Amino acid sequence: MTSLPPSTDKKLGLVIDLDTCVGCHACVVSCKEWNTGGYGAPLADIDPYGAEPMGAWLNRVHTYEVTPAEGPASVVHFPKSCLHCDDAPCVTVCPTGASYKRVEDGIVLVEEDLCIGCGLCAWACPYGAREMDPAENVMKKCTLCVDRIYNENIPQEDREPACVRTCPAKARHFGDLADPDSDVSRLVAERGGFDLMPEMGTKPVNQYLPPRPKTRPQASAASPAPETVEADGLLGWIDRALERLG
Amino acid sequence: MTVHSRPLDASPHVSDEVRHTTCYMCACRCGINVHLREDEAGNPKVRYIEGNRDHPVNRGVLCAKGSAGIMQHYSPARLHKPLKRVGERGEGRFEEIEWDEALELATQWLGDVRRSDPCKLAFFTGRDQSQSLTGWWAQQFGTPNFAAHGGFCSVNMAAGGIYTFGGAFWEFGSPDWDKTELFMIFGVAEDHDSNPIKLGLARLKERGVKVIGVNPIRTGYNAVADEWVGITPGTDGLFILALVHELLRAKKIDLDYLIRYTNAPWLVIDDPDAADHGLIARDKDGVPLVLDRKTGKPVSSKKKGVKPALGGTAKLPKGRRAVPVFDLLARKYLDSEYAADAVAERTGVPAEQIRRIAVELAQAAFEKEIVVEQPWTDMKGERHDKMIGRPVSFHAMRGISAHSNGFQTCRALHLLQILLGSIDCPGGFRFKPPYPRPIAAQPKPHGEYQADAPLAGPHLGFVHGPEDLLLAEDGTSPVRLDKAFSWDAPMSAHGLMHMVIANAHARDPYGIDVLFMYMANMSWNSSMNSGGVMKMLADKDEAGEYVIPKIIYADAYRSEMVAFADLVLPDTTYLERHDCISLLDRPISEPDSVADAIRWPVVDPATQADGRDVRGFQSVLLDLGGRLGLPGMTNEDGTTKYRDYADYMVNHQRKPGVGPLAGWRGGKGDKNGRGEPNPKQIEQYIANGGFFEAHVPQEARYFKHANRAWQDFATQMGLQDGPVENVFQLYLEPLRKFRLCAEGKAEPQPPDSHRERIERCFDPLPIWYEPFEGDLIDEDEFPLHALTQRPAAMYHSWGSQNAWLRQIHGTNPLFVPTEVADAAGLEDGDWALVTSHHGRIRVPIKRMGAVNPNTLWTWNAIGKRPGAWSLSADAPEAKEGFLLNHLIHELLPPKGDGLRWSNSDPITGQAAWFDLRVKIEKDPDQSDTTSHPRFEAQSGSARPVPQVVAFGEEWTK
Repeated sequence: MTSLPPSTDKKLGLVIDLDTCVGCHACVVSCKEWNTGGYGAPLADIDPYGAEPMGAWLNRVHTYEVTPAEGPASVVHFPKSCLHCDDAPCVTVCPTGASYKRVEDGIVLVEEDLCIGCGLCAWACPYGAREMDPAENVMKKCTLCVDRIYNENIPQEDREPACVRTCPAKARHFGDLADPDSDVSRLVAERGGFDLMPEMGTKPVNQYLPPRPKTRPQASAASPAPETVEADGLLGWIDRALERLG
Repeated sequence: MTVHSRPLDASPHVSDEVRHTTCYMCACRCGINVHLREDEAGNPKVRYIEGNRDHPVNRGVLCAKGSAGIMQHYSPARLHKPLKRVGERGEGRFEEIEWDEALELATQWLGDVRRSDPCKLAFFTGRDQSQSLTGWWAQQFGTPNFAAHGGFCSVNMAAGGIYTFGGAFWEFGSPDWDKTELFMIFGVAEDHDSNPIKLGLARLKERGVKVIGVNPIRTGYNAVADEWVGITPGTDGLFILALVHELLRAKKIDLDYLIRYTNAPWLVIDDPDAADHGLIARDKDGVPLVLDRKTGKPVSSKKKGVKPALGGTAKLPKGRRAVPVFDLLARKYLDSEYAADAVAERTGVPAEQIRRIAVELAQAAFEKEIVVEQPWTDMKGERHDKMIGRPVSFHAMRGISAHSNGFQTCRALHLLQILLGSIDCPGGFRFKPPYPRPIAAQPKPHGEYQADAPLAGPHLGFVHGPEDLLLAEDGTSPVRLDKAFSWDAPMSAHGLMHMVIANAHARDPYGIDVLFMYMANMSWNSSMNSGGVMKMLADKDEAGEYVIPKIIYADAYRSEMVAFADLVLPDTTYLERHDCISLLDRPISEPDSVADAIRWPVVDPATQADGRDVRGFQSVLLDLGGRLGLPGMTNEDGTTKYRDYADYMVNHQRKPGVGPLAGWRGGKGDKNGRGEPNPKQIEQYIANGGFFEAHVPQEARYFKHANRAWQDFATQMGLQDGPVENVFQLYLEPLRKFRLCAEGKAEPQPPDSHRERIERCFDPLPIWYEPFEGDLIDEDEFPLHALTQRPAAMYHSWGSQNAWLRQIHGTNPLFVPTEVADAAGLEDGDWALVTSHHGRIRVPIKRMGAVNPNTLWTWNAIGKRPGAWSLSADAPEAKEGFLLNHLIHELLPPKGDGLRWSNSDPITGQAAWFDLRVKIEKDPDQSDTTSHPRFEAQSGSARPVPQVVAFGEEWTK
């Protein structure tokens, strides 16, 4: 068993806006691209050009259809990666101490040299956010781009997770959720950000912003419809209106 | 024991060098930073690709396709050497040959055609971004048969916009994302433009601006839209005209705007028996007349201080009469046939929703008026102390254009924009330089050819009337193989690429000798009736010769089309090539800046795989031009003029001082737009991140169609040679000219067979008519519509070879509306038979609620021919993936007159992909787990295909 730090100095994490995410997978592929040549073993793809291509990914987008009581069905795009939980069950279940939560920023990492590929952490994670690398047999997970966010070899403005850097719809935000004055904390407060599956007691750091309510087809107008005319009435009105225009 | 803080290299080495170039994973053309790092052999290898923060198109972001560029660049489907066919067409069996042999063979084939009968070459390019070069090459060659893929893509959108107001969406203009107060998006999945729309939506969401998505399918942008209009396919025009009806009824239109910038006050001749009935009344100098409100008399629209009427009747000489365009327009659209209640059932949009959206449009336009305190001067010399905006904006793409009524639908949308006064005003739609460019500033089509001589001008252009058609000596037959600019499709500004193979095979209007194509997967997902086209390409005549005798194809990858070529010219990947994203071509400007860009070889092909011997197609084309002795590509001593495409990009001048690239011109590289060639131009582009950008002066940023400061700037930049008048054409007179011919009142006369449809469809005011296929089939038999959408993570067929993207979209279910699925007894994963008037396919299904109840749909171009793209023959793309193309015929169903019409818009020839009508039933045999139809596997590459990809392994050890 591996223990969690009693608290962390920071709680670095993501805020993901479900109102804005168009489900384009930009974050998914940018993540794969950065991380396959970055922290730990590459994110391998088995049978990449064959019948059953299967690779390791640290971030995936799921698409759900939602049918409200009133109004037409809608579609929600739901990107999901490790939520860097305060009470991360994947850490406490790890038999070797490979999984750990960093005390300085709260990032949950796997020290791959210690990982025996037993997969217990993936079973313990209620979000299904960990994936076994199919070639190296070590557990892979979102590192919050720990090799980007402090990396002095890239410009300051690029020191954010690859998924945030690339998101074309600006649906992903990165920051310190322990700091109530951070941009991400403010977003969560303003938009009613929520924990994913709070009943699991994992206290996820990452937060999701809910979709805003949609207009239903039969909704009534905010203001009354204007007075209407037929063709001759319109042309008569125009004559008078043109005179006013001068 | 647990350590909560462990040593970690938080600053690992990322890359040895970052090179800036332009993405080509779709047509969006974003700026990218390509990080290079040495591999184990010491060669530069692509470590990582990210968006370029400084680039005007994507401002740092990058989509899934862009990030997956690495897998495209290192794809095992890459071609490495020129190929010569050794098997039968379609088998895909080749021998590798050297470039010298390949180019000599091509020169011989092409030279024979040029010396004898140049129309026997059909040169068509697909998703090519160098049409300025390829079109010029074809013009110098002298064949009338050239076009790019616009005819099967979105020509209705481009032509509808250019004819109406001198612009269109995407490359021509964009919403004013920072100021708009209401945004409507029609018929857009991932099709153009990809990242800018996402960035724009993000901006609107940030500002709390409402987004209304009009699309039968509620995915992607439509899923995040604040309101969804789940319209029935092919009825967008009717919905839009109902909005027009409601706005006119409510008197919510911008009269000042209509008088100043449009032909609303122009007088239309009302003399039913005359040969000019319905044409614009003009003075002796050809200037349109308007009705002077003061005197009640017709006067020149150019008369200083004239105050024109929008209604009433003017008396013309000889007792004739004329009425203002607006009078006709108001009476037409106020008719109850356009009332919300009248169109609700046909469009699938509730009447109350139509009425409410009309109210919201009016509120945004007129109650949220925007004022920009920027004085400006209009083209009449009037000084305005501010810019007034109607902050309503729109975007639309293939969903409304890829129908046989698409041209009129696109025109209807522009009519709506113009009535609201929202074109190029603050908060509305904004032109991107070099636009606006109305037809007065566009070329006309050219097609008159002779042996050994160039054409007199460009192939593609904008006809002003029947006098500009390209007709053979008999007065009715088409000059062009695709029948563009003939009575079949008079205003086909982009040609009809989808008809080329079918017409060449049918030898209608004539047979050809060489089919030369680039980057167009015409034997698969880029053709209607793909199985039929494959047969045509491989078909032999009685003498045992191929009906299409010679096929040259250039592509970077082993696509389905490669298998049908006799000679394959292997192109580079987008990271190995020079390209110019030119203002002479398809621009990447933003409303506030003129921009162009380059690609350059950020890696050398020779270092990217063993035995790789490929050349950029554009360089090859210039080489062929030199070998063929084409004018402009050959020096006086007969040698080849341009070393390669890079040489052309720098040194070619289309007119003195204006070349493919606008930045850093002049001997010292200190001139923009106009200036003599600068030998260091490409280096300067590279130093600036691969692109050039010049900002539009503040005074020129809005009302470009009528703004003197814009005209001055555009002229100075070389975008135009002087002021261009641009009066928005609510009433499109060229359409009326074609109709007069069809009515028998004017020359030339169309064939009798064409009169009825010209009468019906060529209305000079936007109309809606039933899409042709739906009109010709039995709606009870084929009650459903079927569409494709591009997935955001995979733009076109190239994506299937991509090891990463194919894990996101490896198969494509047919999405079936819940009620339809219930009625057919279909559950997720069941196999269904889908039938059209033309064919039947067998597909896996998935139920869906968030879709128009009469619409089936699937993702575009996921299905693959077995063996193509270096995928294994049992890849899911080939086994379960499928194309709707097999259901769509390039010809419409017969209607008893003995003729088979092209499945296209009758005005522009736009391929009517989305007119498809089908029925669905559960396959009684659920044991088979494959999609149908099935095809023989094409032969693959002899080179090994990796069993594992662990990209970046050498850097993570």
